[in-house]
Amino acid sequence: MVHYQARLDITFAALSDVTRRGVLEQLGGSDASITDLAQRFHMTLTGMKKHVSVLEQAGLVTTKKVGRVRTCKLGARRLEEEAAWIERHRQLWSARFDALDELVEHLKCKEKEDAQSKRR
Amino acid sequence: MPKAKEGSPAAINRTAVERTSDRELVVTRTFDAPAHVVFEAWSKPELFTRWWIPKSVGLSLVSCEMDVRTGGTYRFVFSHPDFDQPMAFFGTYREVTPNRRIVWTNEESDQGAVTTVTFEESDGKTLVTFHELYPTEAALDEALAGSAEALPEQFAQLDELLAGRS
Repeated sequence: MVHYQARLDITFAALSDVTRRGVLEQLGGSDASITDLAQRFHMTLTGMKKHVSVLEQAGLVTTKKVGRVRTCKLGARRLEEEAAWIERHRQLWSARFDALDELVEHLKCKEKEDAQSKRR
Repeated sequence: MPKAKEGSPAAINRTAVERTSDRELVVTRTFDAPAHVVFEAWSKPELFTRWWIPKSVGLSLVSCEMDVRTGGTYRFVFSHPDFDQPMAFFGTYREVTPNRRIVWTNEESDQGAVTTVTFEESDGKTLVTFHELYPTEAALDEALAGSAEALPEQFAQLDELLAGRS
């Protein structure tokens, strides 16, 4: 449980930056080198290396150095775990509100019937 | 058992859950009834207990006290076959404006959220917005992870239920 939450903390921290989210979006389209990414986001190489390293630690990006070029691509873990986590919460609320929907419908019909029987 | 419409794609889409900031969670849904009807279902204990805990979660209600007025308190106690001790949820209604708004605290934890639910009626339909504000980002992480982790079996059952209907 603690381990799971520590990982979530790292992931959400990694996602809390607009540049890093932009990098993930880019890598979703195609792999890119750190130099490409630095140019695209108007940053220094050192600045981009830092961002990529945060994404790498969160498992969202993997990098591979071939010769002098370090290529980045989306990590295997991606966001599925986080998405599943919100999704479970949504299912709880969905079930809860479906039950409320039914009850409200019932109350509404009852109210109409009562109003009609009063008129008679 | 829940009715067939539960879990249909249309019904699922109507409930939106969004983490609107580090410390806030918002759930919205529109109900096809006037606000006073939805408010009634939310504020009368005998009605509230009929929908608040989905049947699939497997919790049984032990007791329910709700004094839905500004400054009033609530206390729900549930039991579950997997847990030795019953679970209590309690807090205070900070603000109750009939048919429009209820604000309450969640005091079972010192990191509990302040919950605000609003009812906005338009053309005979009511938009319900359920908003939770947690004291810290970690508290919201914990609440979400907790709700997902504490009831894995129950959610698995719900998954099955939903899968069977699609």
